[in-house]
Amino acid sequence: MTYPVDTNEGVIECAQCAAKDPTLVTRRSILGTILGIASSSMGAILGASMLRYVLYPVYAKDTGKQWSHIGNVGEFSNSKEPVTKEITFSVRDGWREVISTQSVYVSRAANGQFQVLSAICPHMGCSVGWQASQGKFVCPCHGGQFAPDGSHLAGPPPRGLDNLRTQVKDGKLQVQFEYFRTNVPDQESLS
Amino acid sequence: MDRDTDSGVPEDAGFAPRIFHWFDQRTGIRDFARKVLDEHIPGGARFAYVFGSGLLFIFLLQAVTGVSLALYYTPTAETAHTSVAYITKQVAGGAFLRSLHSYGSSAMIIVLVLHFLQTFLYGSFKGRRELLWLSGALLSFLVLGMGFTGYLLPWDQKAYFATAVGTNIMGQTPLIGNLLTRLVRGGDTIGTLTLSRFYVAHVFLIPATIFMFIGAHILLFRKAGPAGPVKEHPITPKLPPEHFYPRQVLMDMAFVLLIMASLAGLSYFHPTTLGPIANPADTHFLPRPEWYYLPMFEWLKFWEGPYVVVGVMALPGLLAMVFFLMPFLDRRLERSPWRRPIPVLAVAFVFLGMIFLGIKSRIDDRLSPDIAAQLDLQEQQEKAYSAAPFEPYLESQDGMGAVVSSAAVADPQLSIGKGVFTTRGCVACHGSSGMGTAAAPSLVGVTHKFAESDLIALLHNPSPKMRVGRMPAVDAPPAEMSALVSYLGVLGTSAANVTPTYISPSSPTTAGVKQNVSFARDANQSTGGVRQTVLAPISASAASGQQLFQERACFACHGPAGAGGRAPALAPFVAKLSNTQIVNLLHDPDSKMRAGGMPPVEASPEQIAALISYLRSLPLQEPGRLAAPEHRLSNAMVRQDAHPTDSVLVATNSSPAMLKDNAIPAMVADSGGKPAMPLVPAPNPGRQLYVGRGCIACHGPKAEGTRIAPSLIGISDRFPGDKLSYLLHHPTDKMRDGGMPAVTVNDEQMAELIAYLSSLK
Repeated sequence: MTYPVDTNEGVIECAQCAAKDPTLVTRRSILGTILGIASSSMGAILGASMLRYVLYPVYAKDTGKQWSHIGNVGEFSNSKEPVTKEITFSVRDGWREVISTQSVYVSRAANGQFQVLSAICPHMGCSVGWQASQGKFVCPCHGGQFAPDGSHLAGPPPRGLDNLRTQVKDGKLQVQFEYFRTNVPDQESLS
Repeated sequence: MDRDTDSGVPEDAGFAPRIFHWFDQRTGIRDFARKVLDEHIPGGARFAYVFGSGLLFIFLLQAVTGVSLALYYTPTAETAHTSVAYITKQVAGGAFLRSLHSYGSSAMIIVLVLHFLQTFLYGSFKGRRELLWLSGALLSFLVLGMGFTGYLLPWDQKAYFATAVGTNIMGQTPLIGNLLTRLVRGGDTIGTLTLSRFYVAHVFLIPATIFMFIGAHILLFRKAGPAGPVKEHPITPKLPPEHFYPRQVLMDMAFVLLIMASLAGLSYFHPTTLGPIANPADTHFLPRPEWYYLPMFEWLKFWEGPYVVVGVMALPGLLAMVFFLMPFLDRRLERSPWRRPIPVLAVAFVFLGMIFLGIKSRIDDRLSPDIAAQLDLQEQQEKAYSAAPFEPYLESQDGMGAVVSSAAVADPQLSIGKGVFTTRGCVACHGSSGMGTAAAPSLVGVTHKFAESDLIALLHNPSPKMRVGRMPAVDAPPAEMSALVSYLGVLGTSAANVTPTYISPSSPTTAGVKQNVSFARDANQSTGGVRQTVLAPISASAASGQQLFQERACFACHGPAGAGGRAPALAPFVAKLSNTQIVNLLHDPDSKMRAGGMPPVEASPEQIAALISYLRSLPLQEPGRLAAPEHRLSNAMVRQDAHPTDSVLVATNSSPAMLKDNAIPAMVADSGGKPAMPLVPAPNPGRQLYVGRGCIACHGPKAEGTRIAPSLIGISDRFPGDKLSYLLHHPTDKMRDGGMPAVTVNDEQMAELIAYLSSLK
């Protein structure tokens, strides 16, 4: 049996060609093409599924924001300087929900307004400490300094300490903890 | 000697050929590809030869989907199930990939059988292909091992129990059986160590071995060359050969496409389910292995006692040896199946025998009503769990994890709904967690099937099929109905583990009670003649009286909420009598009551007072309307599942399995200063069961018998050993005619009950 074979000399009829060199492509049937398309679409289905599957946690929306309890309103009436408080909130981590703990700074203005600051430095994410002797927040990592109301005083951080949303419910102070992007001038929530 | 100038392609050749040539000069890929595709198939390409490539494809598919699953799966007993639920219910494409993997394992076995049958019938193992055959036989056992180890990983009920059975079977091996079982389990019981071992075997050890042996199998195959059609000589082929590429490649691809399309279609339209998490304490679960192990499962039923070793080890071992040594047993070069009658008939016999056993096991399961019912229930539970929303694994700060929904704490409707579910007697037939019993189906997922208004309508007016099953009309006001539906909506999830709140649809009694109340939404609405009432909390004493009413199974005859059944409704009676009269009647029923089977109520004066206070709180019925139709006693409360109703507060001697689902009823504080009353705990757990399961209702308070049922005194002498427990689990027809239901208790409870019965004189 001979069949046409594409070679550099043009198309020739060859009986033995395939026997010698099976990698030479022959002009084969539509069937082969259909099979090729069908197989690639099958592969595409599998591939697309896997891609969505692998990327799922990257794009999945986190659990809605929740309110964490800080303390009774009465606790904070006499504070002249920011008070450190620990809050807990649940975080969805894959298939589990964990109780996460974070520190926040609570201060109260003269008019009674609460201000809760995140202790996470907006520069690189280190924990910022309150230095009572200096009357300001100082970040131990790169020396960023913040006023008692969180505004930026000195150092590399591009903005002040992040303000967190608060509310008072039934005489209890609550805060909505969020994570923010570091090293950018505007406060952008990561949730 | 400056640069590498040899290019080997003409100067005017295109870009792609030049790149390819650069690559080929450094790797030799063109020659390699030529050798791979230069497989001579004597007699030409055939569809019969596609199964080997099919197997290779499926193996690769399993590897790829398996690696994907491993991205989210965690192999610990605590979290395995949640991680699989996460994959199936949350992750994009998770259900699809998991189904591909699960169905792929079945496809692997099917194509493996086809490959075996084809190579056997064609005699393609002859002519210096012994090692090729051996490697193939080993691969088939490794594949079965993959199926077995993979089955445990989801850690749901069927995974756990099937593995328990499988590892027990291993224990039948002579001499080393016990050691083998403990080695495989990583201890005496199946636990997290078992899971780790199975995971390592399934992901690392067996696949690595399979990979090696596939390599060996292909090399040996290429060395011997394809055997070609049956008429071809197995050592020196004479027929003109055709190359593997292109036609056989195309045929192989077509088959692979068929497999992939079937698996994808099946996975998309009928994804694999996941059952509820493994519960080792469940004594009802009937394990069944995957379909390809069913012949073995059925085979084992025929072997008992000392012969088990023969049936489980010796004969299968012999079969395996024959399978492995096939090329050595039939050394003739004859390939035609017609001229090899003995081997062909032997294989046909074994193969058809296995099919027969597999089908028979399915038929046997269907023919036995108890087994069929339990298997149906299991399937229902699995479907319900799969339909329920995802519940994350909750890790608290002290490191103790649990799967608990925090939402449930906030929603009072669920508590009220659960209270309704309990007091209306739904638990009696549908089980305390709504998962169903032999008397009534599981309600898990029922709110997915019916919209709320349809469901409420159905509850008010049960369908004919429901009525046949003795489902009564649920005559509750709209607020209670909607609370009930809220509760039904969370059945099967952890949100259902709320503390029930009991309310009574009567006029408010003592004031000032702090409790969540709901009010009838639309006073003008009428649904089938249901009264509109304002729901109000009941007093502390009435609440504990209600508990006594539940615990003593008064509702068995007097109906849920005392509305009447075999025995008359209580509200009209108590309205006409003074407290003293009621106390006397309860302690010492009159002749008419005794004739009806009413036992004396043994309780302390405080309990009786509480009971009376509850009875007085019951609403008077409109004449001519019963809240519930008359029940045959056998279908009344007695058919409970293994977990006692929530009102059994007296759990002092209970086993942990009983306590698990027990929700302690809310103790309502009375503003008037009277403290909430605890019930006096019963001293004997067997007695508790006797009372709590309602045995007391028919067999009498001291088991001395009543008109309805005989005395049980001395029963354990008449039915010694296991006979009594068997009888309680499987009542005879005569017992059933008298209304005796199957007593669904676990082994520990059964022992306590029998101990109590034995103590009676």
